[in-house]
Amino acid sequence: MTMNLNLLHLVSCKAIVLFAIIISSAMANDLSFTPNVTTEFRYFPESPAYDGQFEYFQPSIYFGGEGRWVSKDRKKRVRFEPFLRLDLQDDERTHFDIRELSYLQRFNDFDLLIGNAQIFWGVAESRNVVDVINQFDEVENSDETDKLGQPLIRFGKYTDVGRFEIYYLPYFRERTFPGKDGRQRGPITVDLNNADYNQGRGKWAGDFALRYQHQIGQFDIGIHVFTGTARAPFLELNEEGTRLLPIYQKLTQSGLDIQWTWDAWLLKLEFVIADQSDDNFVSSALGFEYTFFDISDSGLDLGILVECLYDNRDETKTASTLFENDIFVGTRLSWNNFYESELLFGAIIDWETGSIFSSIEYERRIGENMKFEVEAQYLTANDTEPLAQFEHDSNLTLRLTRYF
Amino acid sequence: MRKLFSFILMMGLLTFSLFVNAETSQEKGFRIAAKSDRMDNGFGTSIARLTMTLTNSAGDSTKRELEIKTLEKPNENVGDKSVTLFFTPPDVEGTALLSHAKILDSDDQWLYLPELARVKRISSSNKSGPFVGSEFAFEDLTAAELGKYSYEWLEEITLDGLKVDKIKQIPLYKRSGYTYLIAYIDKDINQFRKVEFFNRGGAHFKTLTISEFENYGGTIYRPMLQQMDNHLTGKSTTLLVEVYKFGVELNDNEFKSSALSQL
Repeated sequence: MTMNLNLLHLVSCKAIVLFAIIISSAMANDLSFTPNVTTEFRYFPESPAYDGQFEYFQPSIYFGGEGRWVSKDRKKRVRFEPFLRLDLQDDERTHFDIRELSYLQRFNDFDLLIGNAQIFWGVAESRNVVDVINQFDEVENSDETDKLGQPLIRFGKYTDVGRFEIYYLPYFRERTFPGKDGRQRGPITVDLNNADYNQGRGKWAGDFALRYQHQIGQFDIGIHVFTGTARAPFLELNEEGTRLLPIYQKLTQSGLDIQWTWDAWLLKLEFVIADQSDDNFVSSALGFEYTFFDISDSGLDLGILVECLYDNRDETKTASTLFENDIFVGTRLSWNNFYESELLFGAIIDWETGSIFSSIEYERRIGENMKFEVEAQYLTANDTEPLAQFEHDSNLTLRLTRYF
Repeated sequence: MRKLFSFILMMGLLTFSLFVNAETSQEKGFRIAAKSDRMDNGFGTSIARLTMTLTNSAGDSTKRELEIKTLEKPNENVGDKSVTLFFTPPDVEGTALLSHAKILDSDDQWLYLPELARVKRISSSNKSGPFVGSEFAFEDLTAAELGKYSYEWLEEITLDGLKVDKIKQIPLYKRSGYTYLIAYIDKDINQFRKVEFFNRGGAHFKTLTISEFENYGGTIYRPMLQQMDNHLTGKSTTLLVEVYKFGVELNDNEFKSSALSQL
């Protein structure tokens, strides 16, 4: 609860400052806000594995929006993206977040970004080992795609030899997890009120990062260094053996991401060397994407994706990951039509144990202002795998979004 | 000495007139296209707000609002840079495409996906596929660089009361969806007025009609309306310009991939 209060305090301070900026530039000529509402319906065909978990149906509704103000000279920008989900089954999934509330000021060859923001680093599709700035909003989806807004100050500078960025992240966001009622959790729930920060770090300890990026012909290259608190917690059983305590460890890592783009081929590499809680490990993703464009003049594009994931962390010391020595295969089918229909399929297969985490997702627009999505997740795992905890949690999700 | 000079002059004139007479239809086609292309030199920078309307054969239509920022590269052997930003439909609001045009090689392109705040370098070998579901192919919308085609002048005709040169253009880049194009360039302000597209089977399947030209100083013209009709499917797409701004202060840094998240 204290976390939430702190956060609210932080967010409201920032909101006031940013509001002042907006108001003071009274001739806000380019101000827009597009709210949206999504009704979501999740169905779990199997009975739950653990006590307290709900059965079968999980209806929920979420509110979002995309706000933007750009100054006349296009050098100042404010972005605002709130998020609120109300879930009928899992109290933890009922949550609010400011995904983005940031102020950007561009000067000739440098720029400053202040506020709550979403930052993406990386080139891979299945997992982005270099993407370290934002915390995952795990209660949203277990596939590591939804991220919490991260308070930050970023200074960026363009030079002839590439772009340099310095990040200061003053406040740590804890990962969200499903509650006792929720599916896609282990037998013991995570105690969200008693997170521990080892080595004297706390929420306000602050993280630093440096990033360099450059394009040289067909290569897009990124290099980074991060030192601060690891986003992934190590989960430790409490003394009574009733709850899991999230322990946020100190992390220092450096990493590299490269994409080589040639013809219809994209070759991708993400690589990280990390030092976390007396464990040194590497984490990487290496793969390709090939697209058959405009098949038989139909406008249809078919993309084929393969990625190898490797991670040699010691899970007795360091936060575990679902994705260790896995192979990802995927396809993307885009119709390029009126409705921008798209079908995605992806499976992450552990080549040692045969565990599979797969999903298939179809989306299209309906009319001008609605979007329809259907997603099926299928999981199967060897009992020794962390993924085995979710084995009863294959599901089908329908979403209908209305934009205003 | 004087005699020699006039001899040289005469020889020179003779050679010149021979040269003029000997201009092949290919050279004439290139000359006219080049003149049209060079009319546009020196525009520097521009920002255009456009509405793209897609209409299907049943007459249903859907709109896309977008903004295109362009940075001119004065050298004819280097392509222009552009950023296309979408405002509607709302599910793609904030999506942006950065393009560094090349003459014969594939362009360099990056896509910004606002949902993930992700910049992704994409393959631009897709030339013939439709651009966001429209009747415009990617190759129709990339910068019209002179060196992308070979040219052949066919004849001079009258099109809607205008005297125009009819020129056959053959794409020189790979993976084009066209065997050739027939372009109609007027003799008054040297602008493309109409383009007919011939598919891989050699059939005339699309027509682009370009109209409502406005002058933006000197020899710089822009069409306010472009309409692409697909004769095979009965679908059409119009591109209507709401505003054109020239001479906007645009920095080269705004055309780098990392700047896509700063729009």
